[in-house]
Amino acid sequence: MSALSPFLLDRSVTDKFLSLDLKDDPRIQAEYIWIGGSGEDIRSKTRTLDALPSKVEEYPEWNYDGSSTGQAPGHNSEVIMIARAVFKDPFRGGNNVLVMTDTYDNRGKALPTNTRAPAVKIFDQAKDEKPWFGIEQEYTIFGFDGHPYGWPKGGFPAPQGPYYCGVGADRAFGRDLVEAHYKACLYAGVKISGINAEVMPGQWEYQVGPCEGVSIGDHMWISRYIMHRVAEMFGVVVSFHPKPIQGDWNGAGCHTNFSTQAMRDEGGMKAIITAVEKLGKKHKEHIDVYGKHNELRLTGKHETAPISSFRYGVADRGASIRIPTQAEKDGKGYFEDRRPASNIDPYVVASKIVDTVCLWDGK
Amino acid sequence: MTSPFLLDHSITKRFLSLPLPASDTRIQAEYIWIGGSGEDLRSKTKTLDSLPSSVGEYPEWNYDGSSTAQAPGHNSEVIIIPRAVFRDPFRGGDNVLVMTDTYDNKGVPLPTNTRHPANVIFDKVLDHKPWFGLEQEYTIFGFDAHPYGWPKGGFPAPQGPYYCGVGADRAFGRDIVEAHYKACLYAGVNISGINAEVMPGQWEYQVGPCEGISIGDHMWVSRYIMHRIAEMFGVVVSFHPKPIQGDWNGAGCHTNFSTKEMREEGGIQAIYAAIDKLSKKHQEHINVYGKHNELRLTGKHETAPITEFRAGVADRGASIRIPSQAAREGKGYFEDRRPASNVDPYVVAAKLVETICLC
Repeated sequence: MSALSPFLLDRSVTDKFLSLDLKDDPRIQAEYIWIGGSGEDIRSKTRTLDALPSKVEEYPEWNYDGSSTGQAPGHNSEVIMIARAVFKDPFRGGNNVLVMTDTYDNRGKALPTNTRAPAVKIFDQAKDEKPWFGIEQEYTIFGFDGHPYGWPKGGFPAPQGPYYCGVGADRAFGRDLVEAHYKACLYAGVKISGINAEVMPGQWEYQVGPCEGVSIGDHMWISRYIMHRVAEMFGVVVSFHPKPIQGDWNGAGCHTNFSTQAMRDEGGMKAIITAVEKLGKKHKEHIDVYGKHNELRLTGKHETAPISSFRYGVADRGASIRIPTQAEKDGKGYFEDRRPASNIDPYVVASKIVDTVCLWDGK
Repeated sequence: MTSPFLLDHSITKRFLSLPLPASDTRIQAEYIWIGGSGEDLRSKTKTLDSLPSSVGEYPEWNYDGSSTAQAPGHNSEVIIIPRAVFRDPFRGGDNVLVMTDTYDNKGVPLPTNTRHPANVIFDKVLDHKPWFGLEQEYTIFGFDAHPYGWPKGGFPAPQGPYYCGVGADRAFGRDIVEAHYKACLYAGVNISGINAEVMPGQWEYQVGPCEGISIGDHMWVSRYIMHRIAEMFGVVVSFHPKPIQGDWNGAGCHTNFSTKEMREEGGIQAIYAAIDKLSKKHQEHINVYGKHNELRLTGKHETAPITEFRAGVADRGASIRIPSQAAREGKGYFEDRRPASNVDPYVVAAKLVETICLC
């Protein structure tokens, strides 16, 4: 089987239709996006709106068949979606939009898988601290044949070393996907701050932030949705599994950079250390929400700290929490929690950090 | 022959051409540095809120030096400082390529940072206005690691028809050469020409004249662009000085050099004086003229043997060639033919200036 899907249709045919001019017809297509029953699967469907709403509150509530996504029983299957954040649609262009939603049952109660609603409650309590997040999303590109993209058929590439930030057909695999995603996110209005090739061949990273409060979750989930759609167009598959290949191959993380106003202000290092020490006292609680299968990745090798121990240090990539050298120099800044896996729910991780650091007295 | 892992670039293009509204001034800046081997190029991208107006306004950044053999894991941050900016031929628009150099977190240049010591030397000789033109030879390899254009598992007909040749049986990979040439022109690299070389699948491009440290910046960015373009075509470019043993040419980086004095009336005296100085430091120069150069400088294939130093007018078997025109006009430049294709241009250019202007 080839590395690319054999089921790709001729995009030039699609383009001739996408470029048809609606002239004065104000109708737009709104892609409603939600997180499915596994907490990792992203779902979406489209509706035509009579005109482009001017703010998120003007987008109508909608619903879907929750019994088809593991989120509701068949006899009472409607799940309500409420629009929470709007982005421009890089696939349809024009005035069309992507709408990030969250999910409720028909009594208005947030579904158990709705992680945004409880996160908002936490963020609301801490909003004076102006918590900022920057998340480094690592991911692995797989061929349609289920083999990491760029890896020789039925085998392994040369050992890690040349691939991190590398260039060349023998070192960087799938850059088109990376570039297309980067620009699509910029266009959509996602706060994408950079990209780089990662240590394992076929593995890449993009960063989202700085975003304040719950918006980190909205931007991150939309960035993942865009990634899956772009990969679909190329005929490859993107995986957010934290340890896709066993052996001397890096895992994939979602290093989470965090700061509050106090940490960013003069003398903020004190607030950073206080925060990091609090996190040290709740290590296991955090690990529990830092991604399934993370124990395969946090081994103490491959630039990770072992899952059972907590350690922090300046410029230390083997630590659980790394304080950047610049922050140490400036006496203020942010810290990097290196424990979260690539498959985390950013709503959960971001609110957990805020809960521990801002809403707990540490005792 | 080409990589089976190429994605459909027409899909990428549709996203690259998505327009950002005028109010969105964000740009993508590709920060480029030289890795731990002194030959591997690395890069990563940062979104900037808007296009800075000078190189000094680009922010410092850092990367994980433990992944490029440039720092230990427990103290891994390497600082990169922007030194030269070029337009990005891959992303277009206002996006940029930023050549940087590398420092530890105390601000000390890394041992592999060759730009920093070169700059110290160039600062001492500004009045000499040293100009450089480098002839970068390289070999295209297929994804199967065989020279591009060579028959599978075998060899092509002997050298002869390939130098500056035309035809599908003589020139292999011209698309890469053309794409690279235009991309460099667009980027603002001072690329002065190209030609097909003596070995099939081997080509050359020239960069210059560049004054002082800028030769290094332009050369390294031209190499970065070459690797990226080859990546897009699914082939691999090698800067190894003797990629194939036997009756096949090696690859060099002939370095053309002049000072203001050499370019002025009567400058030929300064040229001979310079060559005399170089003759006394042959081994010192050879030591920084590229790894594996002894495989290439054999005395055959238009080279002088690595152990000998010889200069001559129009002599391609010499270590240093004085162009006929320079001899006729009594002024001009000379060509140091010893450097290999894998030299570090910062090192070679600074070494020439040090021997000729500072000794």
